[in-house]
Amino acid sequence: MEIMNALALLSNYLVVPALAYGSQLALGALGVTLVYGILRFSNFAHGELMAFGTMAVILMTWFLQAQGISFGALPTELLALPVGILATVVLALGTDRVVYRFHRSKKSQPVIFLIASLAVMFFYSGLTRFIIGTADRNMGDDGARFIFTAREFKEWSGLDEGIALRTTQGITVVVTLVCVVALFWFLNRTRAGKSMRAYSDNEDLALLSGVNPERVVLIAWILAAALATVAGTMYGLDKTFKPFIYLQLLLPIFASAIVGGLGSPVGAVAGGFVIAFSEITVTFAYKRVLTYIMPGDNVPDGLVQLLSTEYKFAVSFVILVVVLLVRPTGIFKGQSV
Amino acid sequence: MSNRVRISSLFAVMAILLVTVGVVQSPSLALAILNLCLISAVMALGINIQWGYAGLLNVGIMGFAALGGVAAVLVSKGPVAETIAVGAPGLLVALLVTVVTIALIVLVYRSMKGRLRSLLVTLIVVAGYFTARNFFDPAVVAIESTDSAATGYLGGLGLPIIFSWLVGGLFAGGAAWLIGKVSLGLRSDYLAIATLGISEIIIAVLKNEDWLTRGVKNVTGLPRPYPVPYEVEIQQSPAFQSWATYLGVDVVELSSIVVKLAYSGLFAIVLLIILLLCESALRSPWGRMMRAIRDNETAAEAMGKDVKGRHLQVFILGSAVVGIAGAMLTTLDGQFTPGTYNPLRFTFLIWAMVIIGGSGNNWGAVLGGFLVWFFWVEAEPVGLWFIDLLTSGMDETNPLRQHLLSGAAFMRLMAMGIIMLLVLRFAPKGLIPESRR
Repeated sequence: MEIMNALALLSNYLVVPALAYGSQLALGALGVTLVYGILRFSNFAHGELMAFGTMAVILMTWFLQAQGISFGALPTELLALPVGILATVVLALGTDRVVYRFHRSKKSQPVIFLIASLAVMFFYSGLTRFIIGTADRNMGDDGARFIFTAREFKEWSGLDEGIALRTTQGITVVVTLVCVVALFWFLNRTRAGKSMRAYSDNEDLALLSGVNPERVVLIAWILAAALATVAGTMYGLDKTFKPFIYLQLLLPIFASAIVGGLGSPVGAVAGGFVIAFSEITVTFAYKRVLTYIMPGDNVPDGLVQLLSTEYKFAVSFVILVVVLLVRPTGIFKGQSV
Repeated sequence: MSNRVRISSLFAVMAILLVTVGVVQSPSLALAILNLCLISAVMALGINIQWGYAGLLNVGIMGFAALGGVAAVLVSKGPVAETIAVGAPGLLVALLVTVVTIALIVLVYRSMKGRLRSLLVTLIVVAGYFTARNFFDPAVVAIESTDSAATGYLGGLGLPIIFSWLVGGLFAGGAAWLIGKVSLGLRSDYLAIATLGISEIIIAVLKNEDWLTRGVKNVTGLPRPYPVPYEVEIQQSPAFQSWATYLGVDVVELSSIVVKLAYSGLFAIVLLIILLLCESALRSPWGRMMRAIRDNETAAEAMGKDVKGRHLQVFILGSAVVGIAGAMLTTLDGQFTPGTYNPLRFTFLIWAMVIIGGSGNNWGAVLGGFLVWFFWVEAEPVGLWFIDLLTSGMDETNPLRQHLLSGAAFMRLMAMGIIMLLVLRFAPKGLIPESRR
């Protein structure tokens, strides 16, 4: 029983949040990895693209709520999501048309693309802040809060420790699953997806086989923008929306993409979960878990926390460094060095 | 137009802009902008060393600048005897344990191979970490609970703050060595991402390790460097008062101008020294080698140049210059506030300076530092004025007008992004292009 309690505690505070956070990172990293695979640069504006998409979703949600429309037990944000995706896709395609296409036609070095993406990041961040400001915005304030609460779980299982599953966490995992399955189906089964993979693997060969590069780029941006919006919205629903946080999310997202192997979609998903689980495992306070497991009435002093939560960035960074040192191509052999 | 004419005319424009602010707004404000322009120029020079000379992408400027700020605190603040008494022994033991652990890891890493090595290294890391924490945690608790409202940290060396500029450079250079060792030699993107990470971590450490820098409780009242006087003191001197009446300026106003001028002088000296060093380095055989490496790494390597070593060297040098600028900034502020380090302002704005000014050209980087900072500060009032004008037909309480006015401050972010993109597209070499040698 003690062991079960410890497991329940771990699930509630470690596994469930890490699953949700990992899903968000995976979605973000997928966007980064797609852009990297096709356009061959690290898109530093991706975090701000997520912020913009989330903002569009919030604005649409407000509009819907003002019309008295809601989505029953689910948060209205899900209804607003398509509109947000549309707005972000338009923004991303517009950026590509105005900024990146010129540098593509000039065959600029990847590093120039990267610097251009810094400039784009400036622009996006100004745009988002100009429209919605810098304040915290709560998301998901309608619909049911929990799929099941800690108390319901305790009554059902008879344990002392409960597991709560918030609606937003459930949605995050389900939506990620849907997105990932759809994306892989697209990449592996459709003609357009196959041409994308071909282009990513070997540009010259793909061009010779008649792949239209502009079309591939177009699809890559549409997918990246859609994924960014979904990732940003899921993160916002799970936690809160604040433009600055999305800037900071850039590091774990890049870490996920690199750990999995830049350019490899499977790697991005795996990397997202690796980073999320390690971040939360290392910054989790094990005191109460140990209280259950340890024999007798031994209670450990202190929180038994490896690192305080403020250092969660350090975790993604250390993993990143280790991967760079040991296996620069990432777990799933992306393109590298 | 030759580069020389271009440089002098652009700097003349910059001077006119600053003088205009001095006349239209106030001389004190113009000097305040000038001081930050000077510091920004030093930072931009540091990044230009990395990007312009060697093509290295550093996206962690914020972290290196913050390390300079820490140096200012650790050098200038007096030691706090009570906290040292309760905490220093524990910290020292923890430090010793860490050093021994690292030495052991290096030893094992060099002398063994295969699975056993990974296993042993992991074991040593775990054992070392917990032993160090065992001494570190109680010491930190003891330090932070000692008079936490006023001190609660170890304090510093109590030396003149001007030394911190050098120490800041050393700190930043040390951090750069660590990152460079890991990520140089890989794709350029990886260096960018690694520096982004380390800067976030540095800021997180500074915010949370209260025993070192008081964290978000901030360290205020840093002493000023030698020739810079305190306003209150000079206001009371009779000679100064007679000056003020002679010039027909308010005493308070004049004292603030004098203080800022003193800072400007100091910063200008530092900027000139670094600029001179940079220029002569670029002209030397070393500079030629750096350009050769930047333009064709393979060819340079084939000619027997140690590309990775040179990259590491230039990365350390550039970061050290950023660290110096960071220490200067904290000195000017007179306080260290880890909460104010924001990547948009401290990392990406500096990039805008280098790109807009002209990468590979030291004068370009300096001009970029001046121009972009000036624009950054002045865009806010100008943007506000512009929106006010644009919406003047609307009612005072019109929500759209109010929203636009409150968002005007963010327009400068958009404007900065657009200017950068325009420069990248139409003048990819910046305002002052690299001169052909």
